[in-house]
Amino acid sequence: MTKARIDARFAALKAEGRAAFVPYVMAGDPDAATALKILKGLPAAGADLIEVGFPFSDPMAEGPPIQRAALRALAKGLTLRGTLDPIAAFREGDQTTPIILMGYMNPLVSRGFKDFAREAAEAGVDGMIVVDCPPEEADPLADALEAHGLALIFLTSPTTDDKRLPTVLRRASGFVYYVSVAGVTGVKEADAASVAPNVERIRKASGLPVAVGFGIKTPERAAAIAEVADAVVVGSALVDVVAEAVELNEDVTTRVLSKVDSLAKAVRFARRGLTAV
Amino acid sequence: MNAPVRPNDYAAFPDAKGRFGDYGGQYVPETLMPLVHDLDAAYTAAKADPAFQAELDGFLTHYVGRPSPLYFAERLTDHFGGAKIYLKREELNHTGSHKINNCMGQILLARRMGKTRIIAETGAGQHGVASATVCARFGLPCIVYMGAVDVERQKPNVFRMNLLGARVEAVTSGSATLKDAMNEALRDWVTNVHDTYYMIGTAAGMHPYPEMVRDFQAVIGRETRAQVLEIEGRLPDAVVACVGGGSNAIGIFHPFLNDEGVQLIGVEAAGDGMDTDRHAAAINGGRPGVLHGNMTYLLQDREGQITEAHSISAGLDYPGIEPEHSWLHDVGRATYQTATDAESLEAFMLLSKLEGILPAIESAHALARIGDIARDVGKGGVVVLNLSGRGDKDVNTVAAHLGRQI
Repeated sequence: MTKARIDARFAALKAEGRAAFVPYVMAGDPDAATALKILKGLPAAGADLIEVGFPFSDPMAEGPPIQRAALRALAKGLTLRGTLDPIAAFREGDQTTPIILMGYMNPLVSRGFKDFAREAAEAGVDGMIVVDCPPEEADPLADALEAHGLALIFLTSPTTDDKRLPTVLRRASGFVYYVSVAGVTGVKEADAASVAPNVERIRKASGLPVAVGFGIKTPERAAAIAEVADAVVVGSALVDVVAEAVELNEDVTTRVLSKVDSLAKAVRFARRGLTAV
Repeated sequence: MNAPVRPNDYAAFPDAKGRFGDYGGQYVPETLMPLVHDLDAAYTAAKADPAFQAELDGFLTHYVGRPSPLYFAERLTDHFGGAKIYLKREELNHTGSHKINNCMGQILLARRMGKTRIIAETGAGQHGVASATVCARFGLPCIVYMGAVDVERQKPNVFRMNLLGARVEAVTSGSATLKDAMNEALRDWVTNVHDTYYMIGTAAGMHPYPEMVRDFQAVIGRETRAQVLEIEGRLPDAVVACVGGGSNAIGIFHPFLNDEGVQLIGVEAAGDGMDTDRHAAAINGGRPGVLHGNMTYLLQDREGQITEAHSISAGLDYPGIEPEHSWLHDVGRATYQTATDAESLEAFMLLSKLEGILPAIESAHALARIGDIARDVGKGGVVVLNLSGRGDKDVNTVAAHLGRQI
């Protein structure tokens, strides 16, 4: 049961009394070697869990930063194998940091759910977020993942009302992801005041930790969300750092990890009323 | 996938989960799911409401200009020397294609739901024009997403949409064609969930769109069936239509699904040829997968990444196909052939010269196969072709391919 890694991590964080920081990085971006260096550096930079984007040609819920990152990775020929191999390499040195793959249905349909689940588990993946797989369509995928101990992590959003929530949570495990804004990734800004009651509502209904993502770009915003959520996910802002560093011919790994460090510190100290240095 | 079973009643689909066999479904992000359920409930109620149907029928008659004629193409028939060829003249509808049938239905539904902002995607621009038209008629703001590549090759339609008061957003993401326009429209919808109605132009997308668009287009087949019975006193041997997303085809096929003696033939765009990778034939050159909310045949690579469609026709330039066609193909109720760019151009010229009708380059794909089909059926038989749109919009494209300046 690799899902156990997610549960163990959240239990430890709960004991520490703080929220998790979850960076999102796109597999294979900007290139395979750099992406692996970034991945390996994330825990030391303050990542409690890691989301790895599994690129799809037609990512309907992503804003421009992640769309471009996916196309950069695909243009370099990134495959499913190319997404999983670096995770296996990461696992050789890190047995405790959970890794969640985030992507879209078609590459999984194409591989076949059972084969995909087996390969992902072997590589050391702990859970999946599949953006275009609502609970109504989730059973075949959830069955395959469950058989290999992987969590299927469900998305909830401002449009998920109390009546619908039980449908979404029916097969939820690991944690629940709250999409903090109605919109695509990395465009609108999340507002902690409106996020708080929703996180509480979902936590109560699910009995699971609630991670908040979409629209968190700065350490200040991350800290505000960390006060009310169990985990804070930052994606587009990190992916943009990759693009910027490539553009300016700077060291991509250093730039990304330093951004992760500042965000992680903000999250780490949020509930103690301290400001990150 | 399991071997498909031929059903007793082809017209009884989709099922309650929006499925045609394995195809269809609702693969959309959670933010949209409540909206999709609302739409499903609203459409189900409207469908059962005689007042809604009466309102729609009134606009179809007096605004769209229905029924469209079923025309015996005598010279085309003589040219091929086979079965009698009839053309269902959807190109005579207001705005010049079948697209308005669906837009009229959806705008009345959007009004009924109290939506105040309409978004649409378009490839060739015909659905965009039809959307802009009904929005103008009912005084609603309209934003049309169109791939930047298509904006360039369909300039007259962009201007038409502007004249009708719509805003055209050129989409530069991805391959900047129809599929990307659809991605961008979905991103708009997920961002503006409270006031926005997404008017999908083809019978693709998540349930209930494939069913709803089909129902609004099925007026084509209902009229055709009644007209051919009146004129010929019998059902046709074959019904033929071009297939991109497939809304004109499913519209004319659907009322014939349970008439098993009637062959249903769709024609996909083969672009440069099926022996190249530059085509748009999802069924003949793709395999099942999930895109834009439904499971269907798709053009994709080994890794499940969607590949670009290629066709002279912007309206057929889509890597998927509506799920009901995928199912009809699997169960064998309909067959799907292909026509290349070159064959379609030739058919475009042929109909123009023989019948005085410029067909849309989309419809010309079906025309490219009609000779073979008419000869196979043979003298004494009857075939019907859905002439889904008019070709005025394509004269620049055709001229360019002929190396002519206009």
